[in-house]
Amino acid sequence: MNSNLFIVIAASAIYYGTPLLFSALGGVLTERSGVLNLGVEGMMLLGAVCASWTASRVDGPGWLVLSLALLAGIAAGSAAALLHAFAVITLRVNQTVSGLAITILAGSAGLSSYLASVWDLKNPVKHQFGKLDVFGLGDMPILGPILFHHTLLTYLSWALVVLISWYLFRTRAGLQLRAVGESPQTADAVGINVVRTRYVHTILGGALAGVGGVCFSLSIVPTWQDGMTAGRGWIAIALVIFGFWRPDLAMVGAYVFGAFSSLSLTLQARGVKITPQLLDSLPYVMTIAVLVVVSGGWAKRRLGAPAALGIPYEREER
Amino acid sequence: MKRKLLVTLLVGSMLTAAACSDSKKDSGSSGSPVKAAWIYVGPTNDGGWTTAHDNGRKAVEAALGSKVLTTFKENVPEGPEVAQVIDDLVKDGNKIIFATSFGFGDAMLAAAKKYPDVKFEHATGIPNDAPNWSTFYGAGEQSTYLAGMAAGKATKSNTIGFVAPFPIPEVVRHINAYTLGARSVNPKATVKVVWINSWFDPAKERQAAESLVSGGADIIASGGDSPAPGDAAKAAGVGWTGYDSDQGANYPDVWLTAAIYDWGTYYTKEVQAVIDGTWTKGDYYGNIADGFTTIAPYGKRVDDATRALIDAKKADIIAGKFDIFAGPINDQSGAEKVAAGKSIDFGEQMSIQWFVEGVDGEIPA
Repeated sequence: MNSNLFIVIAASAIYYGTPLLFSALGGVLTERSGVLNLGVEGMMLLGAVCASWTASRVDGPGWLVLSLALLAGIAAGSAAALLHAFAVITLRVNQTVSGLAITILAGSAGLSSYLASVWDLKNPVKHQFGKLDVFGLGDMPILGPILFHHTLLTYLSWALVVLISWYLFRTRAGLQLRAVGESPQTADAVGINVVRTRYVHTILGGALAGVGGVCFSLSIVPTWQDGMTAGRGWIAIALVIFGFWRPDLAMVGAYVFGAFSSLSLTLQARGVKITPQLLDSLPYVMTIAVLVVVSGGWAKRRLGAPAALGIPYEREER
Repeated sequence: MKRKLLVTLLVGSMLTAAACSDSKKDSGSSGSPVKAAWIYVGPTNDGGWTTAHDNGRKAVEAALGSKVLTTFKENVPEGPEVAQVIDDLVKDGNKIIFATSFGFGDAMLAAAKKYPDVKFEHATGIPNDAPNWSTFYGAGEQSTYLAGMAAGKATKSNTIGFVAPFPIPEVVRHINAYTLGARSVNPKATVKVVWINSWFDPAKERQAAESLVSGGADIIASGGDSPAPGDAAKAAGVGWTGYDSDQGANYPDVWLTAAIYDWGTYYTKEVQAVIDGTWTKGDYYGNIADGFTTIAPYGKRVDDATRALIDAKKADIIAGKFDIFAGPINDQSGAEKVAAGKSIDFGEQMSIQWFVEGVDGEIPA
């Protein structure tokens, strides 16, 4: 047991930051297209419950069941996101209301709990994502326990950060996505399909929120618990803002949040006298500080939210 | 645009209404059954506190059959929403309402004064003069003391980690009882406390348990609802005492035991009294002797000698020969707080805000 304080907190930050990272990456993609998704919490829970069912009830070798469970989580999150996309893109209803409705519908007193009760999920899942020792590097001093002793999901999230950053800022499709989020009228004028772009990225966002839920039900809390995400979906939404709508900064935010949560607990366990409530509130204080910063003039142009975020696009209203 | 907004709001409110969890079970049709309602802070399948209460509700249905119609509201937040939930339950004709979390107290008491014809019962609650108000709870600490004995015998590092929900008297009392139990069999044992400031946050409970293991604990104690600390214990290969539910079958390698409750007997008695018109106000405090609390079956980490020791202690408590809070008891500084021959009286137990010697941690202001 490596009990160096820094190592413990860093490793814990990454482990508990991983579901936040997936959901925040999904949020970055969705919001970059100009769609606000407040349904993340519900999508995470749906992903979690479907993955939990798959990992409890499907027979087969571990790797196959886990792959299917991951796909089930992705499918569940995507399905809920498709509903959101249909409501806000096709029907052009208020994005806030639709997102909230999805979280309430799917959330801890809704569909996810109903499914868990119908499926009778009360025992630990049969297969879960265990911690891997990558290339035998897990025994390396310091870096081993911090970086090379995580579940497959964490490594997948790192790959996604690179992939999504490249996609957003280095590809034509990424440029088109950002154009749709900044000014759908202009994007439409140059021949970009606004509706399709928004649909695709809203659904991708839901898929990633579903994976965030899978991190809970198949790794952190391998026995189903109603509402097991306990509000992490909302934190993921805050992290999108905290990370200036950038995947790399969202990753920093997710791990900062994980670190603060671990710091408050670990310091208590070491007998350091602190007020846990103060440390627990720091990530939110930081989010508000970031909001203040990005609402300023220069920062708003350079770092701020996509200009068309939350605004339905109607061709007639050009 | 206006029409769309209206549609949105309509759909939104319909979804909201559909999502609000509500369950009614019609158990028969002879005469008009008495309606009884339960308000839960968590989901009925949390595998802990709320599951235990809901099992109690089911026991009422099983025992009273068509004479009762039960309803429950789960996942009710401890905020102003409770008042609305209670109003709805009263409008639905419920004659007795049980609320199962401390934080529902203010709203329940206000409702008791507003609706004198309805009986209000508050678990872990604070006594009040209102004629239709009762509180009920039980000596979880007696069972917790016994679970602490199992932990005290099982620890090799003499460090036990306690994942604690909120710094309220109930939790402080349990930590004290657990520590007294552990030190009764192992005077070198200390109990490290980490507060998570939540009744239900499985990820945080697991994270707290991991931080305790990294701080040297080789036994983890749950003070909250979920089995998540058990997952941390399983991953680290350390022992675990749960709370409120028997998880021995799910966590066989790490399981020691847990303090568990039987609410059904009390609920059945109270609902029967409403049916008979003999209900009286009271502040019920059940104990091991009543069968209201007990400990879950032992796991394989508890050896035979320890089992015999705990069983003997349990028999002594039931026979009234042993008081877990009997002095001498020292506080954290080592100063004598309760003299030999004295005990922590009931009033102080209910409001206790100090830790006994052997607890490593502090009660946040």
